[in-house]
Amino acid sequence: MLKETDVAENSSQKLSIVDRIWSGLASIKLAVIVFALISLTSIVGTLLEQKGDPEKNLKVVAKFVGTSAAPKAFALLDGLGFTDMYHAWWFIGLLYLFAANIIVCSLERLPNVWKLVRQPIQALSQDRIATMPFRREIMVKGNGDETIAAVESALRKEGFRAVRAESDGVVQFFAEQGRYSRLGVYMTHLSIIIIFVGAIVGMKYGFNAHLNLLEGTTSAVAYFGEGKEIPLGFELRCDDFNVDFYNKSDTPKSFKSRLTVLENGQPVLINGKETHEIEVNRPLRYKGVTFYQSSYGFAPNRDSLFKFLMTGKNGKNEASSLKFGESFTIPGTSVMGTVADFSPAIAVDESNRLFTYAESMNNPAVFVEFSEQGKLKYRQWILKRVPETWVLPDGTVEFQDLWGAQYTGLQVRKDPGVGIVYAGCFIMALGLYIAFFMSHARIWIILRGERGNARLIITGSSSKNRIAFEGKIERLAQALSAKDSA
Amino acid sequence: MDSSLFFGLSSIAYILAMICYIAYLVFRTQTIGLIATIITVFGFVSHTLAFSLRWKEFADIGGMGFMRAVPLTNLYESLIFFVWCIILGYLIIEWKYKNRSFGAFITPIAGMIMAFIDVSGISKDIHPLIPALQSNWLLAHVTMSFLAYAGFAISFATAIMYLALSADEKQRASWPYLFWTISFGLFSAILIAMAFDFISFKIIGRGAESFIKNYLFKASFRNASGVIVALSYAALAAFVFLVWRFGYVVKRAISAFSLDADTLDELTYKCIAIGFPVFTLGGLIFGAIWADQAWGRYWSWDPKETWSLITWFVYAFFLHARHMRGWRGDKIAAVAVIGFISTIFTYLGVNLLLSGLHSYGGL
Ligand code: HEM
Repeated sequence: MLKETDVAENSSQKLSIVDRIWSGLASIKLAVIVFALISLTSIVGTLLEQKGDPEKNLKVVAKFVGTSAAPKAFALLDGLGFTDMYHAWWFIGLLYLFAANIIVCSLERLPNVWKLVRQPIQALSQDRIATMPFRREIMVKGNGDETIAAVESALRKEGFRAVRAESDGVVQFFAEQGRYSRLGVYMTHLSIIIIFVGAIVGMKYGFNAHLNLLEGTTSAVAYFGEGKEIPLGFELRCDDFNVDFYNKSDTPKSFKSRLTVLENGQPVLINGKETHEIEVNRPLRYKGVTFYQSSYGFAPNRDSLFKFLMTGKNGKNEASSLKFGESFTIPGTSVMGTVADFSPAIAVDESNRLFTYAESMNNPAVFVEFSEQGKLKYRQWILKRVPETWVLPDGTVEFQDLWGAQYTGLQVRKDPGVGIVYAGCFIMALGLYIAFFMSHARIWIILRGERGNARLIITGSSSKNRIAFEGKIERLAQALSAKDSA
Repeated sequence: MDSSLFFGLSSIAYILAMICYIAYLVFRTQTIGLIATIITVFGFVSHTLAFSLRWKEFADIGGMGFMRAVPLTNLYESLIFFVWCIILGYLIIEWKYKNRSFGAFITPIAGMIMAFIDVSGISKDIHPLIPALQSNWLLAHVTMSFLAYAGFAISFATAIMYLALSADEKQRASWPYLFWTISFGLFSAILIAMAFDFISFKIIGRGAESFIKNYLFKASFRNASGVIVALSYAALAAFVFLVWRFGYVVKRAISAFSLDADTLDELTYKCIAIGFPVFTLGGLIFGAIWADQAWGRYWSWDPKETWSLITWFVYAFFLHARHMRGWRGDKIAAVAVIGFISTIFTYLGVNLLLSGLHSYGGL
């Protein structure tokens, strides 16, 4: 006996705890608290550099609490995970709480709204007509088919397709617009959950890595963290890398890599092409892995090739690729050029001396010694970006590139959740549009015959933007009363 | 023709319009009101023309596709676009509400910002875009963000006006009175402090490039001399105190606009109801898509993104408080004010005080 009551009490208690949690999760109060907590902690997260240099962060903390208290305060913040807070368990927990809040809150209300949405508009009862908060009454001449047609056409003009019902000599028209717009809010809430799911899928099944690939080299892996390898499942080759600059400046206009995907050593056709040019904002995608152009660098070596295009006086031209110290011949002559020096970024200082001003190939130049039959004829700096320096007494020599000396810095990402996130964004945009710019409007017009004329009661309600809606009813009333005087 | 001529014309127009709107408030003659509107529209057209010309100049210099060359790459350009948006917003309100009083509030702001740009010498040079910024998504992102910011700015103005009108100036200890006087006082004081920076900066005559990063509040709160810093804070406190003590003067000025509290409350809501979806789509979604295309991450919690999210939360809070809790009046106006403070921080503060991936604002 005793035991039974115990069980009963226990279960009722349990139920009430579940209930309490449920109603807590459904409450807007929780939403307010979670909004505030996420925002306030995020502010701290923007002040401290995330995964940043502890020294720097210590200085930031010192600005707020003073130098003496800073080490302790910093240690406390660090211990609480604020130096990498967007990955801290409590922040992730807050995000989950936020998601649970939206889900439960929406589930609580959805059944009622769904019922409303499923149920088309119906005729109003006499009592309801009397209690509608907003109504207009007008008299219209005539009480025949023309009046009915007039009402229907006036409604149509406002975009309503009316249903007509008749009982006891009273005609009622009713029509509605945007019944489904009541779901806009729920679409918006749902979209947040979808974006969450997408983000989680991405974190669980994707990776974010990087790969520096020297021109002419191939890799089957990318790297993340401190050099941990991730197999790509195929190979990637960098055929070429180039930076374009705005006119004479050092502001880069674009960086481009030419990439080839290889499977079993064989180039793969993607969109019918073997090599692909990628640049910032234009990545390459293959088998769920996306390669983004993110940086570049300069690493010359013994195998780097100087590429020249030589044109002789006779107009004949010839291309040549050679290593440092090797020679080429200007077509139609016996003049030989040998690369004697190289600068990735050459400039002239005040005293007319040449110097290298940058570590990347901003303004590459080669110093070429030209000789004829073993005798030095002349020497010249040839700049890739300055065509005037290509001109020689015996023709022109264009310095096209130092190939195999630059590497392209690629961000390598696999994120199977990104499609879900995009779908969520799309639903959110749609949901917000519906929630803010559409409304569920309902109109009833009750027509009673009175001595050959008709008395019209126009009433209705709108889920949003009451003023505009009342304006609409006003317009309807005017259109109908104008009819009668005409 | 160059864009600065038309920018000059529109600055002058806005300042003239400001005079007309104020005259209209005083004399209440329809003709003056009409003239004010015509001048504003003229300024707006000239402004639009100037913006398009700058766009073209930018496209020519950069040698890029026209769609890529939206002139919204630095503080100068973004302020100009911001003014364009608030004027557009204002003209719509004037037309919809058939009320010109608000013009006396908006045109001075527009005129001031334009003059401020001119005097301060914020860099007007056209810098070509580095590759990461050459994106149509970025274009949509920046344009829509500023449209939303403009909506939020107007909601801030109406919310402050609402609070000033509805708070009882005899009860200086009541929270609505404290709230509006302090936030309005701080807001004005910061604008004044910035004006000081610009003046002293002009006198020092250093290069304009690094102004924002290196000079902001250097004439006041961040001065090298401790005395000036202390004085600045004292002046700030005194200024806020004065606004608090003599709030009724401001209130009287605002009552002159003859906007009733209900209209202001509704305007605040309307501006946010438009700003919020635009900000969500343009500011957050398009921003994420751009980051995804350019960097391979749609969300990386950098300070700019995080502050956008905070701003978004504040306005989401505004909407829910209004819809579900039925907040109206003082409380909801206070949320709108906080929302705009967060907006300003997203727009300027992050660039000034924190670091991030984003380039604009770095000048
Ligand atoms: C930042 C995240 C959120 C966004 C963007 C969002 C969005 C929206 C929007 C746009 C509306 C319509 C408001 C209007 O029409 O003015 C709305 C309404 C609503 N939201 Fe949220 N919401 C969020 C979070 C939440 C949370 C956490 C809850 C749970 C407590 C919640 C509960 C509601 C409810 C109950 C409504 C009213 C529904 C109705 O009118 O039938 N929302 N939400």
